[in-house]
Amino acid sequence: MNNNNTVLDFEKPIVDLESKLNDMKELADKNDVDVSKAIKDLEKKIETLKKDTYKNLTRWQRVQLSRHPNRPYTLDYIYELTSSFIELHGDRSYGDDKAIVGGLGEIDGKTFMLIGQQKGRNTKQRQMRNFGMANPEGYRKALRLMKTAEKFNKPIITLIDTPGAFPGIEAEERGQGEAIARNLKEMFSLKVPIICIVIGEGASGGALGIAIGDRVLMLENTWYSVISPESCSSILWRSWDYKEQAAEALKLTADDMLGFKLIDGIIKEPLGGADKDLQKASSEIKKVILKEAESLSQLSIDELINARIDKFCKMGDFKQEEANVGV
Amino acid sequence: MSWFKRNQKGIKTPTSQKKDSPNGLWVKSPSGKLIHTKELKSNSYVFPDDGHHQRIGSKEYFEILFDHNEFAEIEEGLIPGDPLKFEDSKPYPDRVVASQKKTNLKEAARSACGKLGGKDIAVCCMDFSFIGGSMGSVVGEKIARTIDYSLERKIPFLMISKSGGARMMEAGFSLMQMAKTSAKLHLLSEAKIPYISLLTDPTTGGVTASFAMLGDFNIAEPKALIGFAGPRVIRETIGKDLPKGFQSSEFVLDHGFIDFIVDRRELKEKLMELFKLLDN
Repeated sequence: MNNNNTVLDFEKPIVDLESKLNDMKELADKNDVDVSKAIKDLEKKIETLKKDTYKNLTRWQRVQLSRHPNRPYTLDYIYELTSSFIELHGDRSYGDDKAIVGGLGEIDGKTFMLIGQQKGRNTKQRQMRNFGMANPEGYRKALRLMKTAEKFNKPIITLIDTPGAFPGIEAEERGQGEAIARNLKEMFSLKVPIICIVIGEGASGGALGIAIGDRVLMLENTWYSVISPESCSSILWRSWDYKEQAAEALKLTADDMLGFKLIDGIIKEPLGGADKDLQKASSEIKKVILKEAESLSQLSIDELINARIDKFCKMGDFKQEEANVGV
Repeated sequence: MSWFKRNQKGIKTPTSQKKDSPNGLWVKSPSGKLIHTKELKSNSYVFPDDGHHQRIGSKEYFEILFDHNEFAEIEEGLIPGDPLKFEDSKPYPDRVVASQKKTNLKEAARSACGKLGGKDIAVCCMDFSFIGGSMGSVVGEKIARTIDYSLERKIPFLMISKSGGARMMEAGFSLMQMAKTSAKLHLLSEAKIPYISLLTDPTTGGVTASFAMLGDFNIAEPKALIGFAGPRVIRETIGKDLPKGFQSSEFVLDHGFIDFIVDRRELKEKLMELFKLLDN
């Protein structure tokens, strides 16, 4: 990782100050002058700037962070979280979709089924992973693994990071809609705890297809909505230029989604985002997974499934028209 | 045969005496076939000459399906909120009110129960004329409550889909309606109550990726557009033209995702036959 030095617009002032700090330190070393106070001041300034910057991010800036080229992907987290992991492949009917990965892994002595969308880090990988856009066989593989988890009574963790399910000819031929729909329905019947975490992009049905859970959580700098800001802009404003406005209108951040009670919680990221510190981000995720898995294990299977169904059935915002008030 | 001989050139009737036929009396199918609206209505809104299925709404489907057009509407009082305070070129509530005025509907779906061939059934039908039949909280909730209704009474549930997919102006709420409806269908399935999903032109997006594809019996009207991603999006993604007939009912049948295609003129009979087979 971290081989890419992409700097987002709003991170530029921070990076500039950081390079100034480095210069100052180098200078101090070379010339043996005491600038320790200046360094300290600058460090403090950077810290404050960072806190201010990342606290007051616009929705679009969060979207940008969620897509940061250095952002950890599903397998990065899986290898960080687990002490042992065996990847399992294939949907047993068509193929092995590389855009969704999954397997059994051990976290703190306990076995989980971990499943998630996988993006690629360079051109070749991105192509192989299809930019994290799964085909129907990806959703079917995910469901197969979930059923395996149910059979052997292992809790399921899904990591969501997709710009959407793949819109292609073959995907339609093989029933993209049916594959996602089936997952939604079947996930309501699984007799093991399911914890879903949005780790990057949560775009529409392609995300929801593995995101029916007893706990649905979002990392701090992620988004989850029915459409990407770009596509929303192109449909409603007939141009891609209104993506920032679209992001604001869609209210797609973790804070928004928690406020609407459409998710169950937010997982803190290290200052500046998960891309800055994979270990720290993973350890926070691990803590949350273990805590939630423990609390879900206290429920009976019926309680677990009923609560899962009830939670999603309560989602919606509508009014009951008063009697005799015509439209 | 005197009319063969034209004595006067041109049309001599003054404009003031010109007789117009009332608007909307005749309709034209895409292939150019003309038909009187009355005749079209008596033919289940299918053009007799070319079999074109005109897009119709809940009012017409209820009329076609329910015995003597008798039914009781379920949860008709649900109207949308504006959880996101969504605004693009105009505020979402304005868009809703404009659509309500234009269509005389309250939302993009209506539910009703009544008898179909003497047998009780709960039906939910989407109206494409209302913001593209898009699914927001009200549509999701109506479907959910109609499924509850059919669960309580143990009567079959028929869903008539006609929608562009999720409703952007309700963003996350809209997305979760896919989950909600699927959850209810899981319960219906556990109770072993038949669910028939009728896909009509068009059925795409989040609707295809949830309840529309989850029927015990998925059936479709002929030549309907059925798919997950819209054709334009796919064309842009892959950068080439789409094959002929792509994402049509016939294509979806061919690929194994629907049980059969049914002509609207035979829809009611076919459903009665199916229910009879299930009952015997």
